[in-house]
Amino acid sequence: MHVTSRAFKENVRGAVTDPNLRQSLATMKTGFRANRAKAVAALPEFEALRDAGKAIKDHALAHLDYYLERFEERVVAAGGHVHWARDGDEACRAVLDICRAHAARVVTKGKSMVAEEIALNQALEAAGIQPVETDLGEYIIQLRQELPSHIIAPAIHVRKHQVADSFRAHHRQFPADRPLEEPRDLLDEARVVLRDRFLSADVGITGANLLIAETGSTIIVTNEGNGDLTQLLPRVHIVVTSIEKVVPTLEDAATVLRLLARSATGQLMSSYTTLSTGPRRPDDPDGPEHFHVVLLDNGRSRMLGSEFRDALRCIRCAACINHCPVYGAIGGHAYGSVYPGPIGSVITPALASLEEAAGLPNASTLCGRCEAVCPMRIPLPRMLRNWREHEFARHLAPARVRWGLRIWSLAARRPALYRMGSGVTARLLMWLGGRRGRLSWAPMASAWTRVRDLPAPPPGGTFMTRFRTMQGQRRSRR
Amino acid sequence: MTDSKPVEPAAATTTASAAGPRVALLVTCLVDLFRPPVGFAALRLLEQAGCAVTVPEAQTCCGQPAFNSGDRATATRQARFMVEALAAEAVDYVVAPSGSCAEMIRAHYPALLANDRAMAGRARVLADKTHELTSFLVDVLGWTGIAARLEATATYHDTCSGLRGLGVREQPRRLLGQVEGLSVRELSAPEECCGFGGTFCVKYPDISGRMVGDKADDVVASGADLVLGGDMGCLLNIAGMLKRRGSAVQARHVAEVLAGMAEETPAIGEGPKSAPG
Repeated sequence: MHVTSRAFKENVRGAVTDPNLRQSLATMKTGFRANRAKAVAALPEFEALRDAGKAIKDHALAHLDYYLERFEERVVAAGGHVHWARDGDEACRAVLDICRAHAARVVTKGKSMVAEEIALNQALEAAGIQPVETDLGEYIIQLRQELPSHIIAPAIHVRKHQVADSFRAHHRQFPADRPLEEPRDLLDEARVVLRDRFLSADVGITGANLLIAETGSTIIVTNEGNGDLTQLLPRVHIVVTSIEKVVPTLEDAATVLRLLARSATGQLMSSYTTLSTGPRRPDDPDGPEHFHVVLLDNGRSRMLGSEFRDALRCIRCAACINHCPVYGAIGGHAYGSVYPGPIGSVITPALASLEEAAGLPNASTLCGRCEAVCPMRIPLPRMLRNWREHEFARHLAPARVRWGLRIWSLAARRPALYRMGSGVTARLLMWLGGRRGRLSWAPMASAWTRVRDLPAPPPGGTFMTRFRTMQGQRRSRR
Repeated sequence: MTDSKPVEPAAATTTASAAGPRVALLVTCLVDLFRPPVGFAALRLLEQAGCAVTVPEAQTCCGQPAFNSGDRATATRQARFMVEALAAEAVDYVVAPSGSCAEMIRAHYPALLANDRAMAGRARVLADKTHELTSFLVDVLGWTGIAARLEATATYHDTCSGLRGLGVREQPRRLLGQVEGLSVRELSAPEECCGFGGTFCVKYPDISGRMVGDKADDVVASGADLVLGGDMGCLLNIAGMLKRRGSAVQARHVAEVLAGMAEETPAIGEGPKSAPG
């Protein structure tokens, strides 16, 4: 997994001053959040549904080996193939082998975060195979040669006029003066361009939202219908997915789907929910001749045996991302991982490494809103803190922080020393604050004062000092 | 109590005694250092509500700086120290004018000290007895005797730990509803984090600045002339941004208003002669 999170702080600086990004993120807050709130309010049993969904995933994860083998067995029985991939390279190789075996030159792709995780497009291009993204958002960022900035709205950072610019630059077949101001114009143009690709593709690649063990089916949900065209029209359908997506039964899948759309976009169901079970049967009107499932591990089985196991319940709805105030301030690209936001800051260190994920687990106020909206009740703040503990134990935390805590800790367990320190600090701050009652710059606090003033304590000393004095007065009065 | 022997470090100092519940006040390190009047406001409210309040002398800080920085060993040592310092066995309740510190003790002390045979039980006792101030007054005491007056339009910022960790939402609003002359206007996003986050605000000043900038925008847009909240960290952050921008909107801890002490001290980040800007 390619991660550039080491540049997080630099990325953030660019992100917080980008006016286009700010506009886009404002739309996200009013859209996704309000829609989810409405959908949840309309379903009295939503909390019970969350419990049911969590129980399903917990059960599946507790018996993951069993359900994965059962899934494989059913896929094979339906005439398909399953390829187990330990990491991204193995997964890409499996896909390339299938493409080569069918002499594929053009591959259409439905939206897949696992394909992003393993950088499948780069692998295909390097092998001389042209990948064509068919989800509108993915198509836009493919033209712009960018990574997704959001797991369900990959091009959420792109403004409408920027999409028009990209279309004019890439779609040279159309008149240069055509109108592209309205979303409808953009959509229609993308549709015309993609229609040809759907028909000419040799292989269609999709992800999967869920895998069903009892039937060997894979499920995708989309709102554009592009997934269906991707997987039904070419001769070969490859599902690129990961091991934690398996649930035991169709019934279980239905429960999870009810949570997914509501939590993600506030819809009751996505516009299209498509199940694939093996290749086309003789009496099927359409469908691929070959059906492959590539099952990626890439660190997930390691998570299964760790304190990060609960994060494997994630159904990639993005509710945590949509409600994260940090994501809302910086957008997705700053994270340097295809999985941004709270869930990204938890799984990126697990899928790549803590060193590569650098400061991600620290980039949170632990405000708890992610956990509050997670349909799978993943304790994201607890896990962010767990990563910080790993960081601290492995001496990845800056020396400044370590020494600061050591000194603080010495004083915090010695009340007399602590009182002396806070008394001196209070007086110093009060003196520096002067008649304005605040500091525009403070020694050793420039990270605070760079963006806001530091309020000074009012005259009179610390609470503990004043309280003691007051007690003395009360006593002598009696 | 007429003798003036120096008080033992771990002993508690008692305010005017009453027959009501015995409450130990957890002052919190930020109130102690940055906003002592909040401690006195909490004292007054608790005494008005009929409590006998003590202020345990040895208390310092709940340990969140270490806990949220991943230094679990130091956080555990601090938790052990505070369990001793607060000596919850001697009182009925421990009350803090902070959702954040109260949540630290309620939600995390028992886990931090779970493997410490001598302290696990005491940590659970302390956790069960610890409450955030407004939720203690409303939920535990069912007290509605607010005797305060303030001609102002206030807005209320829900602080994250109190709101999501302890369910503090209606309690401060109910109490504010009893303050004569005060009207409350809601923010458009009262539950959005202000960007303080403990050490987060200095580790990531750019992100924190953007977040508190948005919060300040929301406060100003509400039309209120006073923003209130229940945690000093958030209030220092919000006041700091409002003052940096030269805004005339004042920031105060909710306890100051509820205790009728809002006019005794300049607002947070304002001096005796503090002109807006």
